[in-house]
This record gives sequence, structure tokens and C-alpha cells, in this order.
Amino acid sequence: MKRIVITGQGTINALGRNVSETLEAMREGRCGISNLEFQDVERLSIRIGAQVKGYEPDKTFNRQQIALYDRFTQFTLIAAREAITQSGLTFSGELAARSGVVLGTSGGGMNTLDENYRSVYEDGKNRVHPFVVPKLMNNAAASHVSMEWNLKGPSFTVATACASSNHAMGQAMQMIRTGMADVMVTGGSEAMLCFGGIKAWEGLRVMSKDACRPFSANRNGMVQGEGSAVFVFEEYEHAKARGAEILAEVVGFAMTSDAADIVMPSKQGASRAIAGAMRDARLNPEDVCYINAHGTGTAANDKTECAAVADAFGHHADELMISSTKSMHGHLIGGTGAVELLACIMALRDGVIAPTIGYEEPDPECALDVVPNVARDVKVGAVLSNAFAFGGLNAVLALRAH
Amino acid sequence: MSETIQDRVIAIIAEQAVLEPGDVSLDQTLEDLGIDSLGLVESIFAIEEAFDISVPFNANDPSASDFDISSVAAIIRAVEGLVADQAA
Repeated sequence: MKRIVITGQGTINALGRNVSETLEAMREGRCGISNLEFQDVERLSIRIGAQVKGYEPDKTFNRQQIALYDRFTQFTLIAAREAITQSGLTFSGELAARSGVVLGTSGGGMNTLDENYRSVYEDGKNRVHPFVVPKLMNNAAASHVSMEWNLKGPSFTVATACASSNHAMGQAMQMIRTGMADVMVTGGSEAMLCFGGIKAWEGLRVMSKDACRPFSANRNGMVQGEGSAVFVFEEYEHAKARGAEILAEVVGFAMTSDAADIVMPSKQGASRAIAGAMRDARLNPEDVCYINAHGTGTAANDKTECAAVADAFGHHADELMISSTKSMHGHLIGGTGAVELLACIMALRDGVIAPTIGYEEPDPECALDVVPNVARDVKVGAVLSNAFAFGGLNAVLALRAH
Repeated sequence: MSETIQDRVIAIIAEQAVLEPGDVSLDQTLEDLGIDSLGLVESIFAIEEAFDISVPFNANDPSASDFDISSVAAIIRAVEGLVADQAA
């Protein structure tokens, strides 16, 4: 079996326009959540989110590109450019044929849907722009990355709600591991902050009106975010042979299904995914120093997740650190695992553990070290990243310092 | 309107519980009736639509909101209060 290393990372999200800005915000425990700005926001009862503010697409893309790229695709291309540039790879010939792109998203071109439904239903127009379908389709971002970078190997999009990015990165890892590909561009993106996107979530009554406070006893729900993070996963010998800078090694992955409930999480399903990722990575519980939690800030997730960690780790659960960076960048739904992997890589490379901000009151049902409010300097050797989706689909990645 | 608020709320709860309205009694809890968290959110939506009111309810902490869901009778009282507030 081949080994997999990460040789590039890129992002745009509410905390920053690139990786260094994002990591600085995470180190400082800065919050990217603010008042939402878009059409008809006054008709919503939920009006906060981690929105990418002041973003001007025409500074990065030309008019023809903007006509074809939904916001989630734009975010993906920006993140992919940063990641692939950092990797130093150029794709041609045999390498192009053995390189692909697997990305996660849940809503795909949600802004395009929203704008065009408004146009035909509310404004009564009978004609829509010819690119609506290629713009809104969930695989648009993966396809545009493949076109921009000449990636001709296995390429597709994974949609498993809040676990989409972790499932995508898990697939990318497996493809390199089994020899199907040498390089995989992977991660995810989401741009659901529009009237229809938030209105749908309001209906579930799990959103907070004021803040995201994961693991805090007074938490009152999740807060949505938007953006993208993209990584270059590369076969280890390939990276070593060209002298590439290695950011971290991807050592394990596991996925499970609760087979139980369409919205309520299950301790057993989550715990099996965590234990499975450790087993796949050949890590013992005591090797794991940090977990980037799913940590949505809902009552149901946070207590179930803490119970699952306690179940999978036994006594070591009290020794490890677990933080939810969603408190800062919001819940990016299908893109969230990708942005959260940045915090995992920061922990391994820089020895900085991103905090859970907004933490105000201990909850006896979440009695773990959640790194409250302030980042911590700790050298760590191995980390996990949790993602547990609606529908009971769980995906956990394990990374090691290199 | 001949149908009371109580009748209409019970009809909504009964439909969610897949029971006849006559089989729902005032002292029962939603749990007694086999209504889970999704069923509760759906019932509240149906109540909002039926009475054209807005029910303050957050699924993360049902006990913290002003809307009392501890029994069928409590829900009826809460809806009557919201309907009266709206008329005032």
C-alpha cells in the first residue's frame, strides 16, 4: 500500500482569503460570524453567518468566467490555485493522466438556484440564462478544477451533507493508496448563504440567532458558514523524489453509517468511525493528541460526539484536546471538513491547537478538554478530524506529522 | 368558527401521532404519544400554518423557550396565548 502526503493547501472562508490569514485568525481565536448580507435577509429569522465579506469576484475572474462559475465554484478555484501553486506541481503527460480531483459539496450552486427561482417564480420571467444548469450542478467545481489544471484522472463530487469533504478526502486518499492515482486534488466547498439556503435551515429550528458556542452548556445551535479549502494529496515516493515540502501525512480513514435516523446522530456510529480511522492508521488511542471535532453547537451533536470520543478512547479521552473551529468559521456544511483540516495541519506543523471560541459554561455532558477560547501551543504527533452528517453518515480522517 | 383552538391543536397532534383525535388526552406528553423530535418540529410548523402565528421554539433547548411543550394541555394553552397576543 502506498503512503499519502499533503503537499499543498489553499482556502477562502470567513476567516481569511488564504491559508496564512485563516491560520492567523484561528491562532487568535477570531470569530468570522457577523450579520448576513444578501437580498431578502429581512424575511429571515436567522440573520447571522460566517460570510465571506467584501468579496469581489471580478477581481479574480473575467466576465465570461463569472457567467459560468457559481460562488461555490469560484471559492473552489481560488482555494485550488493556492494549493496547487504551493505544491509546485504542473500536470502534463502521464502525471496528468494519473491525477484527479474529488471534492465535497452539499448544496452545489445554491446561489444560482436561488437567483433563478426568484427570477421565474417571483419576477415572473419566462427565460433563464443558458448556463444555469452547468453553473448549479454539484460537480461544476470539480470539473472546472480539472479543466484549469489539466487533471485527467478520476474526478467526481461527493455529496454526504456535513461529511461531504471528509468523504471526498477519504476517497482521494484511497485512490493514491491503492495505486489508482499519483496526485489527487481534494477538499470541498459550500456557498449556501442566500435566502433560500438559510430559509430551509430555519425550518429545522436548530440554528442559533446569536452565536455558535460548541460544547458550552448555553449553546443554542449551529451557525452556517461558506467558503472552500482544497489540498494536494500526493503519493509519498512521488513527493519525496521531487523534493516537495510535505505538510503532513494522511494515515487513516474510516466511514460508517448509523442506519438509524435522518437527523439525530448516534454515539455508536460516530464511535465506530473514530475507532476505525485509528485502526486504519495503526494508531493507538494514546497516540492521538488532538481531534478537530464536528462540534456544530447543537444540543444533539455535541453531547453525542463527546460520548462517542469517550467510548472510542476510554481513559485517554480525558488526556486529549478536542476543539470545534466551527465557532470561528461557521458550519460550511459540505465544505466544512476541508476547512477544518487546515486546523489539523496547523496542529501538526506549528504545534498550535485552534480553540473552541464562544465557550462560556461547562456542560457535564461535554466534559472533555475543548481548548476553550484561547489557542494552545502543544507539540502533537497525530490528530483526527471528525465529520458526522445528517442521514447518519460518518467520516473520520487521521493525520500524522511528517 | 365552531372549532376551538383546542380541537385544532389536538387534530394536528393526533395526525402526527397517527391516532384519532378522540384518543389524544390532555395530560399526555408528546413522548407518550410517540412523537419524536422531527415530529415535534413538524407539529409546530403545522400549528404556525394553522393559526398564522410564529412559535418561539429552538430544538436545541426546548425547555428554555417560552413555548411549553410538556403536555398536550400545555401546548394548547401556549397556542391560545400566542393567538390572543396576536389579536391584541
